Amino acid sequence: MWSGRQARFRPLACGVEELRRRRREREAALRKARREQHLVSKRLLREDAEGPCAAELLREVEVQQFLRLAQSGTDEKEREKALVSLRRGLQHPETQQTFIRLEGSVRTLVGLLTSNRALLQLEAARCLHELSHSEQSAVAEACLPATSYLLTYLSGHSSDFIELCLYTLGNLIVESEAVRKQLLPQGIVPALAACIQSPYVAVLEALGYVLSQLLQAKEAPEKIIPSILDSTLPQHMLRLMQPGPKLNLGVAVEFAWCLHYITCSQVNNAVLITHGALATLVLLLLDLAGTVQRVDDAGLELFFLQKQPSLLPEGLWLLNNLTANSPTFCTSLLSLDLLEPLLQLLPLSNVVCILVLTVLCNVAEKGPAYCQRLWPGPLLSCVLNTLTLSDTEVVGQSLELLQLLFLYQPEAIQDFLQQSGLQALEQHQEEAQLRDRIRALQQTAIHA
Amino acid sequence: MLFPPALCARLAGAPGAAEPLPVERDPTAGAAPFRFVPRPVRFPRDHEFFEDGDVQRHLYLQDVLTQVSEAPEKSMVPEFTCQVAGCCQVFAALEDYQHHYHMLHANTCSLCSRAFPSGHLLDIHILEWHDSLFQILAQRQDMYQCLVEGCLEKFKTSQDRKDHMVRFHLYPADFRFDKPKTSRGPAMPVAADLLARALQDDGAAMEVCSEPTALPPCTRTYNHRIPSTVCFGQGATRGFKSSKKKNKHH
Repeated sequence: MWSGRQARFRPLACGVEELRRRRREREAALRKARREQHLVSKRLLREDAEGPCAAELLREVEVQQFLRLAQSGTDEKEREKALVSLRRGLQHPETQQTFIRLEGSVRTLVGLLTSNRALLQLEAARCLHELSHSEQSAVAEACLPATSYLLTYLSGHSSDFIELCLYTLGNLIVESEAVRKQLLPQGIVPALAACIQSPYVAVLEALGYVLSQLLQAKEAPEKIIPSILDSTLPQHMLRLMQPGPKLNLGVAVEFAWCLHYITCSQVNNAVLITHGALATLVLLLLDLAGTVQRVDDAGLELFFLQKQPSLLPEGLWLLNNLTANSPTFCTSLLSLDLLEPLLQLLPLSNVVCILVLTVLCNVAEKGPAYCQRLWPGPLLSCVLNTLTLSDTEVVGQSLELLQLLFLYQPEAIQDFLQQSGLQALEQHQEEAQLRDRIRALQQTAIHA
Repeated sequence: MLFPPALCARLAGAPGAAEPLPVERDPTAGAAPFRFVPRPVRFPRDHEFFEDGDVQRHLYLQDVLTQVSEAPEKSMVPEFTCQVAGCCQVFAALEDYQHHYHMLHANTCSLCSRAFPSGHLLDIHILEWHDSLFQILAQRQDMYQCLVEGCLEKFKTSQDRKDHMVRFHLYPADFRFDKPKTSRGPAMPVAADLLARALQDDGAAMEVCSEPTALPPCTRTYNHRIPSTVCFGQGATRGFKSSKKKNKHH
């Protein structure tokens, strides 16, 4: 989170190497979880100086005592302290289980949440927030009686409280389909549509989080995305992603992910387009590109390589979709001198190489007018380099490009021969998937 | 920016795209044994293509998790009392007071002192409890609107509305902000009634904003001026008479 309140970090207790190792482990765990289709992450707003390790296991009788004190103690301060102790205890998963198994516990908590004591309300909401962090869906479902109130409070005015309610909702949503099944008829979409007009950045970021969790649900394309597209949420999301002095990155990140989940579900992207999604996103991308630090290699920063290598395939995917059936985009790619930057990307990885070659094929297949802009130039020697690689798919795509080039720009063949192109082809002529195409190219080259 | 110069010129607003180059295809292009066909590609959400991005996303969320911040420093001030009539709560931190004010006084009915969590619920309350025109109209048409934001249904009675909210919106039957109207009219002395009700349902709805009987005498032994740094939207209560109801001041 980017708000000032969260900007304070605990001093590091371990070295950089240890951090790297942990990060690699976390990354591996996340990849595994994704492949097994249960990638879930939650946010936790924890404002405790002692930190999570201090959570002691509370016994059932202690939980009961704290609850009783909080509910009917006579001294305001005592009630608050009891709830704080309960909240700390609820950081521990076992205590969470103990709590939900206690009869009337959630009911009491909800009573405190809706009481007329503001500070008790806040602490009760924090207790719910701790519960929402549980990885047991039973705990999330135990919080169902509170959801109508959490939604109601979203139209209040206390921004910290709203933020807390939002993160709690977001956590509950991701944990249990039963929770989502209740929240939708309870009006979560209109509630969010009203809340997104808040001027508070922290609230907006929290809201983006809730929405992103809702949109990731497996039933989202059928049950959730249609009503979101029908609401005013898309317009507001796009408004909050406009580049400019008011753009807040934390907020924009959340809504960008929301838009991704919506668009890749292919429910009704036309709606987004009519709201100006394309223009907004393009402008934002350009704006972000402009803030990337200068580096010496010209052109590379077009794809923010130095900072985010994983963005490259996605950028190229976009280029492919733009150029596949559009002479206009192909022409633009050439006239904007993007050819050389693209060629520089070829050596980076097989995935990137194939994508670049595909984009180049998109351009080349449009005919002689296009191929004349591909050669003469550095393209041929770059493609010859890719022929030296061993990946069959890479080589195959290079062969496709060569066929188009030879067909529409036969003068390139001489250059190909002079650069020992035939020898490069020979390397692969036994490969089953490449054999026929190699032979065809060899024939073409020899007979030119 | 080190973009290619042509791109910079375009971004700076140079004249738009040149005419696209003429397309002229040969039928042997992409013919067997070759196979290239340009086509836009779509990836479903679970596709491996998005794995890197998804992993980045979740690392980001987890990082946020581990950025445990210290307890937020509250702006401590000399103790002061809430200035709203009938409320004697004492505060020593501005954030606490702001939260208290927003939750208990920002949307309060000036006629019966009930507090509501939002302007929307307050508006409905005023309409249904304190508007005699409403009562007249309600005899002839469905006037009780559903409390759920975005639902346009209206009902003949508040009970019908409650049934709708329970069955259709899965709201709890004892939803705190939908109490049925009591038989007392606005003419009754408010304070006594508030006290009586407070004794009845301690810890229940946010409907009363004054203390229950265990009131400390509100003798001002402390500075009761609200620090000038405290500032929040429009003033405390709104009642039927002053309602340009649709004004939101926040």
